[in-house]
Amino acid sequence: MTNILTIAKRELRGYFSSPVAFVFIVIFLLLAGFFTFMVAGFFQRGEASLTTFFTWHPWLYLFLVPAVGMRMWSEERRQGTIELLLTMPITPWQAITGKFLASWVVVGIALALTFPVVMTVNHLGNPDNGVILGGYIGSFLMAGAYLAITAMTSAMTRNQVVSFIVAVVLSLFLILAGYPPVTNMLVSWASPWLVDGIAAFSVMTHFESIQKGVLDSRDLLYFLSVIGFCLFTTSIIIRAHRAG
Amino acid sequence: MIQVRELKKHFGPKVAVNGISFTVERGEVLGFLGPNGAGKSTTMRMVTGFIPPTDGSITIGGHDMLEDPIPAKRLIGYLPENAPSYTDMSVQAFLEFSGELRGLSGDGLKRAVGRAIEMCFLENVRHQSVETLSKGYRHRTCFAQSIIHDPDVLILDEPTDGLDPNQKHEVRTLIRRMGEKKAIIFSTHILEEVEAVCSRAVIIDRGSIVANGTPRELKLRSEQAGAVTLRLVDGNAAEVSAKVRQVAGVDRVTVVSERPLAVRAFPQKNAGSDDVARAIGELAFKERWALQGLQVEEGRLDEVFRSITLPDTKKK
Repeated sequence: MTNILTIAKRELRGYFSSPVAFVFIVIFLLLAGFFTFMVAGFFQRGEASLTTFFTWHPWLYLFLVPAVGMRMWSEERRQGTIELLLTMPITPWQAITGKFLASWVVVGIALALTFPVVMTVNHLGNPDNGVILGGYIGSFLMAGAYLAITAMTSAMTRNQVVSFIVAVVLSLFLILAGYPPVTNMLVSWASPWLVDGIAAFSVMTHFESIQKGVLDSRDLLYFLSVIGFCLFTTSIIIRAHRAG
Repeated sequence: MIQVRELKKHFGPKVAVNGISFTVERGEVLGFLGPNGAGKSTTMRMVTGFIPPTDGSITIGGHDMLEDPIPAKRLIGYLPENAPSYTDMSVQAFLEFSGELRGLSGDGLKRAVGRAIEMCFLENVRHQSVETLSKGYRHRTCFAQSIIHDPDVLILDEPTDGLDPNQKHEVRTLIRRMGEKKAIIFSTHILEEVEAVCSRAVIIDRGSIVANGTPRELKLRSEQAGAVTLRLVDGNAAEVSAKVRQVAGVDRVTVVSERPLAVRAFPQKNAGSDDVARAIGELAFKERWALQGLQVEEGRLDEVFRSITLPDTKKK
């Protein structure tokens, strides 16, 4: 546990000593605000909810989260520091977990800094704050899933750009599998259970259900298993890379 | 402290290390010599637990590196090739991070960082970020990281690579001093370094150990070893070498240089170098040659190195 914390601390320091974390937070806040108020018409809808705010998160994360996580392992490989890290008396799991948690904290900070939107909606009306809390939990879990995917892709290559692009593509699949325009198209020729089965793999399906304020164990389990699976794959990729 | 048995590593069809065995005890400094790509770094990476071997066993202080890596790794300090470090950290923060992962904390950590900074002469860059440092400083920062927990086993991959002559000298002195209490393995291309630092050396070529011994023993394998070199202020090369050839026990004579004159006498197989040297000395005295020097050659490591690792030019 101490080792995980030591590594997470170092990673966090790395994020904040370079512009990565600040750029991510600022851009995330700007875009989230822009889409909520300008594109989705938060005020025009005249209802006290944050639906217009959360709807955009899967798409915002699609590009911003891989940008945060892309250096996680590829930079270690490029600089050769992976050789230092993995010859320390720690397990690879501790390193993988520590790095993942640090990047998740960065996204978490960005998400927490959207609190003015909660204050606004509470000032203007009487929203269901339980639903809003659900939305935040869902959004945070979804970001974790994207980050775990990025951790996996960044372990594959020493090139950050490649790791970014592959992560975006994989994440896009997870979105589209449950994105209504896509599922509606699939329904026309595939049987409904197959479409539902595919949609069950999508972050959209589970994010939307959490967003409704229902914290279903299946949705929680979905996000946690995506994270677990991707981090496990990360460890396999790292081991394979070491074995040569 | 370090026991390596029949270590093998294949990368696909390529055999990088092919059955290397050695042991290093406390108080020994083992030098790894060999041409580029001979398998030195691969061997070190396996010993430190970075890459798993295809076959063979590694034991560090009684702990098996493959079965029980954490306690084995705890005993090791490692300086990888090219001395990587987290460039976004300051020297001090980087060393603190390494120390914490090595299980140090609080006052102990502070003392260890201070000691490593002092030993590696990093005091005046302590708060600078590694990014801004010159190569020599970066190298020493990574070296400091490897000794932060005062390990029993030190594994150094080309520790003097990229340093200026003064820094090389400092690092060598450091290794020699630490070698009194630790088991050290280090690799190098610089042969004089082996003579200056190592208590024992192995030459690795194409994945196997091709020579193993103290630097002195290795030098004796050199063709020159035992030859007697005579240096004169002036004199006629042909005349002098003809006379030296007459000396009892001399097999053949070569002229090393004309002016100043130096000839080298190779003793016959059963003749002692010292006897030949004495006889040549007497000859020089009798002939009233202006003697500049008379010396029994110890042999040269670079010659041994070349003759062992260059099979194409090896004389049959």
